[in-house]
Amino acid sequence: MPPTRRTYKPEGRSGSRPSSGSRPSSGTRPAGGSGAPGGRKQYFRRRKVCKFCEEKIDFIDYKEVKLIGQFVSERGKILPRRLTGTCSPHQRSVALAIKRARNIALLSFASKI
Amino acid sequence: MRKYEVIFIVRPDLPDEEIEKLIAHMETFATEAGGKIEKVEKMGRRRLAYRVERQREGFFVLFVLEGSGDTVKELERRLKVTDTVIKFMTVRVDEELKHAAKMKVIREKRAARRPAAKPASAPPPAAPLAPVEPAAPAEGATESQS
Repeated sequence: MPPTRRTYKPEGRSGSRPSSGSRPSSGTRPAGGSGAPGGRKQYFRRRKVCKFCEEKIDFIDYKEVKLIGQFVSERGKILPRRLTGTCSPHQRSVALAIKRARNIALLSFASKI
Repeated sequence: MRKYEVIFIVRPDLPDEEIEKLIAHMETFATEAGGKIEKVEKMGRRRLAYRVERQREGFFVLFVLEGSGDTVKELERRLKVTDTVIKFMTVRVDEELKHAAKMKVIREKRAARRPAAKPASAPPPAAPLAPVEPAAPAEGATESQS
């Protein structure tokens, strides 16, 4: 009998998870942004992480057009942090690198689509 | 002494020997002005992102040098005077490199601290897992009993 009771315990723990998951469902839109672990199927959004923190890049070189080009829109604009997920110190250095690359004609200031 | 990166674009229609000659000239100008050239990199012909002096392509050359502001001033003046150079830019890199090195040290310190923290957090997940495993056969046992 005791082993069967033990089986119930983990279920009780897992049972507590849906209750926490139901909270975002009651208010889906506002909780969608930060509550990544809570939100289950409905709005599964991959958590954005800073590419430079992930790959441990400290110094962003303006000559690496392939890398910097990922942070520029089709029109040549610098992409905002909310789209790319870059952390604020790295966003600053990416912006600087993009501006330098533009100056030396590695990136365009504005491009027609 | 400061560290600079001087990048310049040479007209693409210039023959290779001429480009070599130009690079050699620029090197001598930089050293004469008190600079110490660390690296000369020919990045080769590349497409320009926009037209510069009606050119769509350019031959990129990169100098990494150590020197004072006057060195760069003189080198920039020379580059400006040279007609075959269509664009140039100087970036001071020593402080950025220093900052990058500092960040690297901080990260290594953190990485060194993390393995010490991991074993402490590892046992708790292992403990809940253990009761679950015997639980599965126990369920099978109850089913067989019924």
